[in-house]
Amino acid sequence: MANKKYSFVLVALISVLLGLLAGAIIMLVSGYNPINGYAALWEGAFGDLYFTGETLRRITPLILAGLAVGFAFRTGLFNIGVEGQVIVGWLAAIWAGTAFELPTLIHLPFAILVAALAGAFWGFIPGLLKAKLHVHEVIVTIMLNYTALYIANHVIRTLLTDGKDSTPYVAESASLRTEWLTNLTQFSSMHLGIIIAVFGAFVMWFLLERTTQGYELRSVGFNQHASKYAGMKVDRKIILSMVISGAFAGVAGAMEGLGTFQHMYVMSGFTNIGFDGIAVALLGGNAGLGIVFAAGLFGTLKAGALNMPLEAGVPSELVDIVIALIIFFVAGSYMIRWILSRFQKEGK
Amino acid sequence: MLKNRLFYLFALLLAVGLVLGACGTADDEDTGNGGDTENEQAEGGDQAEEGGATDFKVGMVTDVGGVDDKSFNQSAWEGLKAFGEEQGMTEMEGYTYAQSESNADYNTNLNRLVREEYNLIFGIGFMLADAITQVSGQYPDTNFAIVDSVVEADNVASITFQEHVGSFLVGVAAAQKTQSNKVGFIGGVDSELINKFEVGFRAGVASVNPDIQVEVQYAGAFDKADKGKQIASFMYNSGIDVIYHAAGGTGNGVFTEAKDLKKNDPDGNYWVIGVDRDQYEEGAVPDTDDNVTLTSMVKRVDVAVADVATRAMNGEFPGGEILAYGLNDNGIAVAETNKEALTEEILNEVNSWKERIAAGEVEVPQNHDELEAYLGNL
Repeated sequence: MANKKYSFVLVALISVLLGLLAGAIIMLVSGYNPINGYAALWEGAFGDLYFTGETLRRITPLILAGLAVGFAFRTGLFNIGVEGQVIVGWLAAIWAGTAFELPTLIHLPFAILVAALAGAFWGFIPGLLKAKLHVHEVIVTIMLNYTALYIANHVIRTLLTDGKDSTPYVAESASLRTEWLTNLTQFSSMHLGIIIAVFGAFVMWFLLERTTQGYELRSVGFNQHASKYAGMKVDRKIILSMVISGAFAGVAGAMEGLGTFQHMYVMSGFTNIGFDGIAVALLGGNAGLGIVFAAGLFGTLKAGALNMPLEAGVPSELVDIVIALIIFFVAGSYMIRWILSRFQKEGK
Repeated sequence: MLKNRLFYLFALLLAVGLVLGACGTADDEDTGNGGDTENEQAEGGDQAEEGGATDFKVGMVTDVGGVDDKSFNQSAWEGLKAFGEEQGMTEMEGYTYAQSESNADYNTNLNRLVREEYNLIFGIGFMLADAITQVSGQYPDTNFAIVDSVVEADNVASITFQEHVGSFLVGVAAAQKTQSNKVGFIGGVDSELINKFEVGFRAGVASVNPDIQVEVQYAGAFDKADKGKQIASFMYNSGIDVIYHAAGGTGNGVFTEAKDLKKNDPDGNYWVIGVDRDQYEEGAVPDTDDNVTLTSMVKRVDVAVADVATRAMNGEFPGGEILAYGLNDNGIAVAETNKEALTEEILNEVNSWKERIAAGEVEVPQNHDELEAYLGNL
């Protein structure tokens, strides 16, 4: 068991290094200086307090989206619908943040809770269909992404505003931003959400590893039939897993709504937070702590990428290539494992 | 077991940090391009002094379309580039652009340019309005300009266009051209800005002939050419022969569909009215001399950007003002490239309406409420 974990961490680490290395080679071949390129990336992510703050707020929803995907994965479900669940969570958070006037101590948790419930509901639909009618969750969740996007746009236009493109800002009492964090990071949009995200990782670990429910969820993930034979209610576990996964995604949406943007606008396309969450979960090995690190890496790459064209003339798309390569190496980990095992044998 | 796991994860963190950190330090020593902020600011100062002629720096932040979107981002960058070259500036130092990959990047990109001490920063597209509002409040000493939206602040110039007027005129052209008395409008995202195009177009069509049917569809996206093609196919099948699109990249699908139909049926009527730039080239049917682009509602973002940049450099930055570029200052124009399709007769009609608008005889509606009133008065 320990050995398996160890080898996964090693594979992930090697994949990241290979991805960065391949990116460097691509830069070199295309006529850019890879050292300048990566320096600009580092500078853009952690160059000063402002950029550090921006990077941290970018990491926040990625952690939660990664947790959402990872949690479903552990129960043997592929939740591609995190994107849609993020959107409904965002929308619900905005509604809760604008429609009420409450003291901060109640308002903020309430808005986050509403977002979690909305995301959970959006996860409940494919969970129910999967459990009762055996409709594959991948298909339902993909379709629900679009449904969420267009419903959210419609709600913003008709219910939350009078034909406007963006909602009013959330009340001060529902905002995750605090003055000292904003001032500390020189007006960055960093907010308290990062604490919630890291706490979320702990919640996921605790649920899965330390509770009976979690044990059963994992068991369903390993083998549905065996779990059923052992007397577990597989149907319920599937629904529960999708609901919890959706709740994580909903909170990710709340981070955007209550923290980063403070409002919501008519979107012409997906936020990509949910889709990036799939990559984060994969690299993080579907485990809480791993996902925090993986989100940290991807958030850093994405934040830093914006600086590459300005300081080093390297197109920011290159970072997408690096991320894709890292995923490729993780997915193709069999190759790395095989090489590692050769080394280990020789070592003995 | 737990100890082991934690150890390896910690090792992972350290290693990643080391690798990335190593990149940073190496660069400081090798090229001095990275470095801490103090260094950079010092460098920035040097460059400005070396530049000699002017220390005015101007930058722009694109929306998610990017500078190669064949639409207004590209147009804005062309304007800025022309301005920079005219002033003898070098790209990346005197003038530059920051590309946004998602809505989450607007704030970061604006701040980045502020930090590199750009004097004037353009936000291209109404999507950046919120970001500009925020950042302009935080940095009152930097000048900003927003295209296609209005931000009320003393250090922000709002650049708007009279799209409704341009759309009205192409609507007149469409009404003259249609033989089936059915025309179509395809919008990107149903929003205040695109409604302005729709409303102007419908008013223009109705002004010529109130009996012409206008079918309005919104694709819900600016980057889905397949969806544009699908809607266009449906429209042409239902007898519509002129489609005006205000849908950015989605509109490319409209051109594809029209060209396909025209190729199979060279005598049929399949016209497209382009938007933002003169889209004559988009409409050329391959292997024939036909062109499906009837005209285009040209919105000269480049002219506006260059104009505001020039005024700011001369110390006459129109902060706090709402600039409305229209027919008079060449901000809006009706493309006349396709002489064959856009006949003399149609052009005369368009010009006569143009004069009536300029003379104030016609008040072109800007939103749905005004449109209702306008149609009621016809």
